[in-house]
Amino acid sequence: MALDDKKNGEFKVVGTRPNRPDGVDKVTGRARFGADVSAPGMLHAAIVRSPHAHAKILKIDTSRAMASKDVKAVVTRADFAEGLEGDDLNVLENVMAGEKALYDGHAVAAVAATSPLAARDAAKLIDVTYEILPHVTDVDKAMAKDAPVIREGAADKSVPPGLHPNVVRYHESGHGDVEEGFAQADLVIEDSFVTEAAHQGYIEPHACLAQLDADGKGEVWCCTQGHFNVQKICAKLVGTDASQIRVTASEIGGGFGGKTAVFIEPVALALSRKTNRPVKLVMSRAEVFRATGPTASTSMDIKIGMTSDGKITAGQGTFRLQGGAFPGAPMEFTAMCAFAPYNLENVFQVGYDVMSNRPKQAAYRAPGSPMAAFAVESVIDELCSQLGLDPIEVRLMNASKEGTKASYGPRFDRIGLVETLEAAKAHPHYSAPLAEGLGRGVSCGFWFNHGGETAVTLALSEDGTAALSVGTPDIGGSRASMCQMVAEELGIPYEKIRTTVADTATLGYNEVSHGSRVTYASGLAAINASRDAVEKLCGRAAAKWGIDPEAVYWDSGYAKPSGPNAGDFEPLALADITKNMGATGGPIVGHFEATPEGAGVSFATHIVDARVDKETGKTSVERYTVVQDAGKAIHPTYVEGQYQGGAAQGIGWALNEEYIYGEDGRLQNANFLDYRIPVASDLPMIDTVIVEVPNPGHPYGVRGVGETSICPPLAAIANAVSGAAGVRLKQLPMSPPRILEALDVQANG
Amino acid sequence: MSMIHVSTTINGDEAEFLCDPRETLLDVLRDKLALTGAKEGCGTGDCGACSVTVDGRLVCSCLVLGAEAQGKSITTVEGIAEGESLHPLQEKFIEYAALQCGICTPGILVATKALLEKNPDPTETEVRYWLAGNLCRCTGYDKIIRAVMDTAADLRKAS
Repeated sequence: MALDDKKNGEFKVVGTRPNRPDGVDKVTGRARFGADVSAPGMLHAAIVRSPHAHAKILKIDTSRAMASKDVKAVVTRADFAEGLEGDDLNVLENVMAGEKALYDGHAVAAVAATSPLAARDAAKLIDVTYEILPHVTDVDKAMAKDAPVIREGAADKSVPPGLHPNVVRYHESGHGDVEEGFAQADLVIEDSFVTEAAHQGYIEPHACLAQLDADGKGEVWCCTQGHFNVQKICAKLVGTDASQIRVTASEIGGGFGGKTAVFIEPVALALSRKTNRPVKLVMSRAEVFRATGPTASTSMDIKIGMTSDGKITAGQGTFRLQGGAFPGAPMEFTAMCAFAPYNLENVFQVGYDVMSNRPKQAAYRAPGSPMAAFAVESVIDELCSQLGLDPIEVRLMNASKEGTKASYGPRFDRIGLVETLEAAKAHPHYSAPLAEGLGRGVSCGFWFNHGGETAVTLALSEDGTAALSVGTPDIGGSRASMCQMVAEELGIPYEKIRTTVADTATLGYNEVSHGSRVTYASGLAAINASRDAVEKLCGRAAAKWGIDPEAVYWDSGYAKPSGPNAGDFEPLALADITKNMGATGGPIVGHFEATPEGAGVSFATHIVDARVDKETGKTSVERYTVVQDAGKAIHPTYVEGQYQGGAAQGIGWALNEEYIYGEDGRLQNANFLDYRIPVASDLPMIDTVIVEVPNPGHPYGVRGVGETSICPPLAAIANAVSGAAGVRLKQLPMSPPRILEALDVQANG
Repeated sequence: MSMIHVSTTINGDEAEFLCDPRETLLDVLRDKLALTGAKEGCGTGDCGACSVTVDGRLVCSCLVLGAEAQGKSITTVEGIAEGESLHPLQEKFIEYAALQCGICTPGILVATKALLEKNPDPTETEVRYWLAGNLCRCTGYDKIIRAVMDTAADLRKAS
């Protein structure tokens, strides 16, 4: 559904900043998250996890645990469906190990007991005999000749011959002739970069409450970014029909991509089936770190050529991503996003998906893109610095525009990169004098955004109010924007609409809340469902007036005859029509079920000022400005919130956050003290500028805003650090020890 | 295992419960008293989502044993609103969108209320350091800090 001129830019509700409908629940503690529910007769579960990075499971002895009267059941792999293949088998392998434990923290058994303490105690009494195997956790080492093989035969057909079996997927894309491009350059810089795995760091650990009866009927309550996906996967893993499992999404305490995967729900269902009682399963923070998805870690080589006046003549990148013990590291996104901001005649990129003995990586806000931006935008910054060019002018000179052939293939439709660069250049931050000891960094970032399967219903009530049911969990205030769009269409007040995240029995399939798709796709669906309801309302008015439905139009909450020829009738308010709807044709419900494909891509430009303490190696971010294209901001406050949140997460990834593995392959910092996400005293205020270049694929012009905001910070901060400390850091995070080492190498060689 | 009998006061109401000596105050609040406003984000005192006050002192309830509640007065997020009206902090957090997912919000509200009772006129830096024990992964803290500063200003004007 394309951008329409119906509104002509004139919005009454869209663009305002009403209070979110779930605000009171959230500030009073009444909102119910994953772990906040209980059921009569409920048992509590705990999972037994491998302490080894790679080991054959020889024997699981449950006798000591089962001897306790508090323990009601133990499940192992034998309690799940057999005969699964492909991705389904991979999910099952990750949910419950089969013959081998593939990473430190891999689930090998689970127990249900009468209390959380009893379950935890019982988990310690399950005796697992392992045969320890050699392991590898580093991406470059996992590709080397002598690396232990995680799983034979995991590679798909894309992988060229001669590579290690741990390389499971391969990607290449681009156009032009990069060698010719490099020959035209006045300066070519080639460099290598490394980023460590970062965790999404949502504050709410995974939690669920599940019941599965002997007849295959089940109920699940869980915190997830996509309950329809939970339904689909649970049905396969426990061997029942998808329609027999009803999943309700709880309020969700952060996800950022990490709650698109399924980890514990099938385990709770299997334990419930075995005990005929509801089972609650809540992960500890250590389990979240050890067994749920961090990002991929990367190793990257970048080569870029530039003329002395700043034109990029060619760009080339090689991106090796370690995605844990399963295929799926988003290396193709890394490769495709790397040069997307720039209009290049010659560009070529290669990606490798590499398995290692780590937890399966999960999506994290624009999966794969921030790492690419770190590498590419660092090299562009170095080129600008060596050629004495302004970093924003160079980016403007090379920026992708409408019609540009993207580095990953298609031609861009209407996009807003130039507008973000112009706004950044004009922002007082960019021209503010830089205090002694500070460095200023700039970076662009890109993300595709996504549409996806979407179904909503809009039921009108007799009293003229409306209830919208959506199937996309609200991960950051989306119920407010949904109510705004429906209010805009129906012409009734925002407060007269209630949006509910409905369960899987209520709506058709909805893809998970990912890809910055909710305000775009569920929003487009809400607009369409409203228009469907409006058509029905107009039909009822036409029938009452005895005129053609085409002779009735909807205006600000009223059905009106479309002109003198249609007849002279008093306009009918929405409530005038709904109060008799039972007698005039039955309930009025608007629908939308489709897969919108017009999610507009999105760009951002960030500016950051940073100070480096050369004695301690600590970097402080002193000023930060996000400029990003939102297409159309439905609720500007929540758009700002997405910009600020993405920037803060990027700051953490750039400066502190990393998975640290010991020689033994065990994760050494599986807690929030040692895996340190930014705290309030680490950050400055984060300024935001919302640029609005309408997306041609949405009726109001909306582009997703959730993910692009994490793409530029890694590079922007690295570029600021380079200016402040006089050394360029090529490995993330730029933690104090790494900064001190870089300063030492610079001083002493 | 023998349970411990505890008598305490929670949000002004008398409460009694039996708890295992190993159970934390957070476990007791959530599992025995059905007060699920305090959240367990880490269980190790690093995230502050379980913040409550014990005799007016701000603590992580995951680091206090349930048995330690004996004879104490405890306030949780459920006790912040006054009757039908929200506390000014709660109002301001909604108005400023100082929350996205909302999981850290109960702890941050309890911690902030404790701050403003101690220091009605904090600087931005004081607010940031006071809240450094309360992790928020969604907001980048910007709107939280603004909401706290503006609530403090409103409360000073009102008093």
